[in-house]
Amino acid sequence: MSHSTPLLEVRNCTLGFGGIAALTDVSMTIREEELLGLIGPNGAGKTSLFNILTGVYKPTEGDILFDGRLIDGLPPHAINGLGMARTFQNIRLFGSLDVGMNVRTSFIAKLRNGLINTVRRGRSFHGEEKKILEEGRRLLAYFGLEEASAHPSRSLPYGDQRRLEIVRALAAKPRLLLLDEPAAGMNPTEKEELKRLIGKIRGEFGTAVLLVEHDMKVVMGICERLYVMDQGKMLATGTPAEIRANPKVIAAYLGESRGKEKE
Amino acid sequence: MFRSYHARIKNPRLALAVGIAMAVLLQICGGWIDPYTTQIILFASINVILAVSLNLVMGETGQFSLCHAAFMAVGAYTSALLTGKALPVLFPHLSWTGASWASQLTFLPVLIVAGLIAAFAGLIVGGPSLRLRGDYLAMVTLGFGEIIRVLLQNANVVGGARGMEGILPATNLFWAVGAAFVTLYTMIALVRSTYGRGFLAVRDDEVAAAAMGINTTRFKVTAFVIGAFFAGVAGALYAHAVEFISPEGFNFLRSFEIIVMVILGGLGRPVGVAVAAILITLLNEGLRDLSQYRMVVYALIIILFMIFRPTESLAPYLARLVPQRFRKQSTSINA
Repeated sequence: MSHSTPLLEVRNCTLGFGGIAALTDVSMTIREEELLGLIGPNGAGKTSLFNILTGVYKPTEGDILFDGRLIDGLPPHAINGLGMARTFQNIRLFGSLDVGMNVRTSFIAKLRNGLINTVRRGRSFHGEEKKILEEGRRLLAYFGLEEASAHPSRSLPYGDQRRLEIVRALAAKPRLLLLDEPAAGMNPTEKEELKRLIGKIRGEFGTAVLLVEHDMKVVMGICERLYVMDQGKMLATGTPAEIRANPKVIAAYLGESRGKEKE
Repeated sequence: MFRSYHARIKNPRLALAVGIAMAVLLQICGGWIDPYTTQIILFASINVILAVSLNLVMGETGQFSLCHAAFMAVGAYTSALLTGKALPVLFPHLSWTGASWASQLTFLPVLIVAGLIAAFAGLIVGGPSLRLRGDYLAMVTLGFGEIIRVLLQNANVVGGARGMEGILPATNLFWAVGAAFVTLYTMIALVRSTYGRGFLAVRDDEVAAAAMGINTTRFKVTAFVIGAFFAGVAGALYAHAVEFISPEGFNFLRSFEIIVMVILGGLGRPVGVAVAAILITLLNEGLRDLSQYRMVVYALIIILFMIFRPTESLAPYLARLVPQRFRKQSTSINA
């Protein structure tokens, strides 16, 4: 693993809403093909960090570099085009599209056939549609969703909807995949499946993954390195074992015994 | 409102060819159709174009637009100026009557130019305002519709409030029915493609669509501009069918009439919307004696529709038109 050029670099980012600072001087690096976890108690700023990475918000201060390119301030669709895809904490599938088409929405931005050729139904149109259909089907088959391809996306069981969101994000062939609490609301079996799925993504697609998660079992089980946030600040970073032993992290999660200090 | 992609028509060109053949056939048999029926077919075709094009904006892309009649006005006035003032001056030695070769041969370019100017108007309104959502967009489009109407009322070149009369009766069954089929084909061919599914993705969830790399503003503006183009064509056909246009004919109520067609047809279903447009045209004819109560009838139809088809996604759109205190509960489009 080369340590010289990180895939993503967050440099001293601050995000403020009026007087409230959601993020204060946050820095972070993600290397190619790394499986990274981001944890922290509720309100720690995990989602805010996610939102400045994906272009929903522009950081008030600091830079974000993706593959050596400054990306803060770019709109979300442009950031996706550079190779960063995401899923959502609350599932956001396209309700009026079937499962297969949900995955194929990732190809829309890269279509060679524009408006005119689509309406004309030129020869290249049918060729491209066929290729996209095939590629979408292959992805669905790989993740075991092939049979549901023509079903409405909302008819899927909860765990499958989460999986479909991940497949949809992967279809854009991102170099970095951001997963926002993928295990939320899953039962233990689904969580095990999710862990396998994330491992598979890393192994087969060579995608770096940033996993924001509440579920310690999931994060500790699969991540190589963790970042811990608390109250808008980056608290610690290290391997799962280091994090588990870090007193600052324990304090943030369990609370310090204030009584002793007073004495 | 779920549709499987597998249900798409493999080659909608065939449908287009059949449609154009039908338009030619109608024109040839035109002599046997009485003038009243002919006029109803013309109006029905024009309404189909208007409703199906608004459906792309409202139904497929989920943007509430209240100025479709304004784009129609732009097309109507542009074409009336072209055939009434520009062309006869440029080619004075040709005969300019409704059925003359000169007017029939130039009518296609006239329709296209009318559409393009309307599309340009769509770009000017849509470009900045489509960054707004829901209620705000509705207000901006409502305002734009009024601006166009007032501008026309005060422009002496086009007759001001008196309007323009003596427009060439160049619209015939071939142009009207043919244009309706071309519009329907374009809309169906567009949406039944991976590219076209982008419009639906924007409607379903803008945030997710952007995260999938879709430039949502561009898709919304594209829908708006295409919608405006066909509204302009419809306006040109209308002007050359009734031979008289005035700003009042393109007011907010006309926009509302088109919205009713789109809602009745089922937002996002081009064929359903086309059928609704034909039905509303016939209804208008049936209500000719009670024309001042027409809007009451429309309102009743929509209310009944909401009661008996509450699962369709039209309810949240309509709910926005109802003041908050009268709403039973707020509904969201992406529920």
